Amino acid sequence: MTVVLEARNLVRDYHIPGGLMKKAKTVHALKGVSFSVEQGKTLAIVGESGCGKSTLGRILTLIDPATSGDLLIDGNKIDITKGDLTPEMRRKVQIVFQNPYGSLNPRQKIGDILTEPLIINTKTPADERRERGMAMLKKVGLDERHYNRYPHMFSGGQRQRIAIARALMLNPKLLVLDEPVSALDLSVQAQVLNLLADLQDEFQLTYVFISHDLSVVRYIADDVMVMYFGEAVEYGSRDEVFADPKHSYTKTLFAATPRADVASIKARLAKKQAA
Amino acid sequence: MSQAAATSAVSTDPSRRARLAEFWYYFSENRGAVIGLVFFLFLVLLAIFAPIIAPHDPTAQYRDAVLIPPVWQEGGRAEFLLGTDAVGRDMLSRLIYGTQFSLFVGVIVTTLSLVGGIFVGVIAGYFRGWVDTVIMRVMDIILAFPSLLLALVLVAVLGPGLTNAMIAIALVFQPHFVRLTRAAVMSEKNRDYVIAAKVAGAGHGRLMFKTILPNCMAPLIVQATLSFSSAILDAAALGFLGMGAQPPTPEWGTMLAEAREFIQSKWWVVTLPGVAILITVLAINLMGDGLRDALDPKLKRS
Repeated sequence: MTVVLEARNLVRDYHIPGGLMKKAKTVHALKGVSFSVEQGKTLAIVGESGCGKSTLGRILTLIDPATSGDLLIDGNKIDITKGDLTPEMRRKVQIVFQNPYGSLNPRQKIGDILTEPLIINTKTPADERRERGMAMLKKVGLDERHYNRYPHMFSGGQRQRIAIARALMLNPKLLVLDEPVSALDLSVQAQVLNLLADLQDEFQLTYVFISHDLSVVRYIADDVMVMYFGEAVEYGSRDEVFADPKHSYTKTLFAATPRADVASIKARLAKKQAA
Repeated sequence: MSQAAATSAVSTDPSRRARLAEFWYYFSENRGAVIGLVFFLFLVLLAIFAPIIAPHDPTAQYRDAVLIPPVWQEGGRAEFLLGTDAVGRDMLSRLIYGTQFSLFVGVIVTTLSLVGGIFVGVIAGYFRGWVDTVIMRVMDIILAFPSLLLALVLVAVLGPGLTNAMIAIALVFQPHFVRLTRAAVMSEKNRDYVIAAKVAGAGHGRLMFKTILPNCMAPLIVQATLSFSSAILDAAALGFLGMGAQPPTPEWGTMLAEAREFIQSKWWVVTLPGVAILITVLAINLMGDGLRDALDPKLKRS
């Protein structure tokens, strides 16, 4: 299996300039994170708010540069501060955001949203662009008649499908999913997760799945990385991590997850009656 | 019935015609806007066909008919429907020709300040940093002057006349557009869809003018229509002060200035140009409201 994404010791610092009364500060958002993901696999990044998950996501999607450390995509080292961000590299990584209400341009029709990446990056003629947009729309479970509608005419789940379709228009290798289902209700979550799993099989996609929902992670991930204050405190295959959490934070995290299986509910009820 | 109209309005046909139908559907919801639009179109027609419609030459002086009252008043004459002014020129013809100047002033001033303001504002809001600081301080300085005073100074420097008055007014209005654009760009800039476009590889130009700018248009359209009307007002004020259009140009503000001495005795020489300015400004403001409702998808009920 080929390694699509590799991160070596990624560090990201934010400098907060000082004012009249306070000193300049440096916030260490990422303190040296390393991992690698193989093609067709899913790495889930779990952690609480403010632990550096989204910072990492922004670095992986080449939006922000890392302060130090190496980022290798498809075996090529990329440093966007040095300007070696070619359109080909750009096409390999795409992102799906958490909030489907903010991630689609309200002024663009769905068709324009889907074909814009093609206009920017390729010289595809207009009718072929349209065809590919239509095909992708069907692939994510929407209809051709949705092609000329505006985002505000869709529900949250449908919008997230559109966002996924847009991310896939350039045939990327790596998809960064920044809490893609946390804004959706439960039944829609399941639909979108199934769609993501199907697409992964079909296109051999590699996912980096950022989440704080452990039940979702258990469903979709191959590998799990737990982050805590900018550090990767646990990293291993899903079964390893779930069966035998080593770091105290991971244990707390698992203990905090509500359990809804029948056995645990019965145990809880018995406890209540005894008291 | 209205249900059928609604579904056809949100049709999936991408053609220009369908988009126009959709626009009209939302625009016509607002009755005031339709009235404003009708009156505005009436003014446009009046301006275009002024030489045909106007009963007299706007500068022709009828020496035997000085300060004749409108036709329904005692002493009015049928050939001068709205009376004549102090040198015997037909008021109606002058008002009709006046629409030409007012609309011209409005269009030119708004276009100049809108285009300039949007361009500068988008750059300030998008790049921030020292570019933003320099631009905004300059705009603050312009805003610190009383607007009419600054326009007066500029006209005094450039020399009186309608063209110079328009340039001066456009310069004075520009900071409002810059500020509005900058604020809107700053709030849109960090939205997810902009980042998504960035990830898709969009460059600065595309992000600024194709992704962000269309989402900032709603307040700008309202401001543009408002400044269309205040441009007419300011041009009239400059004309009134003798720094705008020069006599005998039949510009409404200049007409007011010439009628100053008759304010208490001959009401029609003062009131009629004033009413013309008032109705025009009101109609354009109403139209602006409707435009905003129709152009912003966020305000549409789907």
